[in-house]
Amino acid sequence: MADGTESRFEIRDWLREAMMPHFMCPGCGHGIALRALLRAIHELGISRDRLTLVSGIGCSGRIAAYVDANTVHVTHGRPITFATGLKLARPDLEVIVVTGDGDCLAIGGNHLVHACRRNLDLTCLMLNNEIYGMTGGQVSPTTSEDRFTTTTPLGNHEPGFDACALAAAAGAGLVGRETTMQAPALVKLIKEGIAHRGFSFIEVLSDCTEIYGRKNDLGSSPEMILRQKEGVRPESYGGEDERPFRPGSWKTGVLAHHERPEYLEVLRSRAARRRDG
Amino acid sequence: MPAPETAGTRRNLQGNHACALGAVAAGCRFYAGYPITPSSEVAERMAVELPRVDGIFIQMEDEIASLGAVLGASLGGMRAMTATSGPGFSLLQEHLGFASGTEIPCVIVNVMRGGPGTGMPTRPSQSDLMQARWGAHGDHPVIVLTPASVAEIWSETVRAFNLSERYRVPVVVLYDEVVGHLIETVELPARGAPEVVERHWENGPREEFQPYAAGDDGIPVMARPGDGYRIHITGLTHAEDGFPTQDPAAVDRVMGRLLGKLDRHREAIESFETVDCQDAEVLVVAYGITARSALRAVRQAREEGIRAGLFRPITIWPFPEQAFREVAERAAAVLVPEMSAGQLCLEVERHCAPGGGVERLGRIDGQPIAPGEILERLRGLASRG
Repeated sequence: MADGTESRFEIRDWLREAMMPHFMCPGCGHGIALRALLRAIHELGISRDRLTLVSGIGCSGRIAAYVDANTVHVTHGRPITFATGLKLARPDLEVIVVTGDGDCLAIGGNHLVHACRRNLDLTCLMLNNEIYGMTGGQVSPTTSEDRFTTTTPLGNHEPGFDACALAAAAGAGLVGRETTMQAPALVKLIKEGIAHRGFSFIEVLSDCTEIYGRKNDLGSSPEMILRQKEGVRPESYGGEDERPFRPGSWKTGVLAHHERPEYLEVLRSRAARRRDG
Repeated sequence: MPAPETAGTRRNLQGNHACALGAVAAGCRFYAGYPITPSSEVAERMAVELPRVDGIFIQMEDEIASLGAVLGASLGGMRAMTATSGPGFSLLQEHLGFASGTEIPCVIVNVMRGGPGTGMPTRPSQSDLMQARWGAHGDHPVIVLTPASVAEIWSETVRAFNLSERYRVPVVVLYDEVVGHLIETVELPARGAPEVVERHWENGPREEFQPYAAGDDGIPVMARPGDGYRIHITGLTHAEDGFPTQDPAAVDRVMGRLLGKLDRHREAIESFETVDCQDAEVLVVAYGITARSALRAVRQAREEGIRAGLFRPITIWPFPEQAFREVAERAAAVLVPEMSAGQLCLEVERHCAPGGGVERLGRIDGQPIAPGEILERLRGLASRG
């Protein structure tokens, strides 16, 4: 805790009980991601009055409403744009975007790229379940090749995005990926992301068992989550495998980290220079 | 450092610049936008003015992002605005509807150019009238103001912020390219002179606060993030507590309140100008630059002994229907000149008796309508009567 005292993390303290039961499917990884996010916030000592979650549309988008904080559930693909305006107007708030692979990389891809470039002090948590779950299981920009979805009855013929490589290339100050299998590591990564002064992008590999798992015969929830572990390559980028993206072969941990001036600081100092000059 | 350019002096000013200065005078401290002809001068002027008053200017990656950022800033407590033109106005419609449904104050300027599609970027038009009212999906409230001069762009932009803050509704300032690029000599009020309506912030008990419960005025009070209310804001249809609902009774109740809220304040929202309407036999209904041509035509017609009058809606949505009906009842014929195939005419017809002699004068060639064209039609209508 910020004040040096340890307080026990109790997830019920952070949830809106009136919103329970939640509507996630059995086995969905998003609950693990939500718990990790709340634990990270708790451990950083961020007050719920200051905490502001901005989410888009999809299964990931519904998560914000469960948290007892300032929560904004916006249009599909645009949570980063709302968060940008809110953070610029109110730098005192801790603004965190919760988004999904479709929300963030397809319809909202342009906003992600420019947010990384600007480096405003936001944290973007992208829950990647490789599917449009809420609309019934259509192919997403991260669906692995050959996978079946309701819109790829022949198997997915498009390559998936490596969202972290994209964010790093676009200039995000801190980029990382973790799995829901490794919850403690995920908590640690989210804490690093929030603490980083600048735009941080964190991808969480989260399983959609009911729709994606069933459609592709990936087994039960435990089997799917164990597959995450098999696929992880914790070593840093580089080496012989330089293909843009290899589904089922994930690099995790902090994948890019560089300090550069934060957007609002730069803007304010330029305005001050003009006033004084 | 120079003082913000709002002091009470006479000056030559372009319409789009007047819009930016009006916004700053109204307390706007956040602008997000994307370049597009013929509105770009609004952004350029805001980029200069806002840093002088500790405001934020940001050029976003598109118009969708621009209005998204505006709504985020407004939620945070800043008066916020974007300006755009046809194609950009189309893009941001989803967020206009979102603002309408979540009742987030914002001002959206649309400098109309020729359409559809990319159309004629540098030519004027008045063909976004219906889009300004109905461009976003779903039933929704919106206020649209249509200034006709550089000075009025300034004052209507100020009024747009006040209406938006007071009634928690997106307000569109809608004008054509001619007025936007017109340079006129204007005298602006001194800085701080315009009456600025402050937003009401909730300060009651946190536990009992219902973010979308409204009193008799139909307008819920906003809660500032960070003040401890910890509310949920969603584009999903929501009950008074802010959380999604599909309960038919609740939806009917909250939607009824949302869609009816402006009706309770029509008197404060409506504005219009009438010229020689008392005894007018032929009535011209026009807005924007077309209304200025119409005014000249009406004056000339009067000189020729034709009893002509002008009704100019300034608040065009909601349409000042009662005032218009009173005037229109007395007229034998109504002429609607506009730079479109007949969008204003549709609304005018709605308020006139069937077969009430409503005539169109629509220009769709990207040219403004000259006074002579209107006068000619007035002569024809008068000789028929």
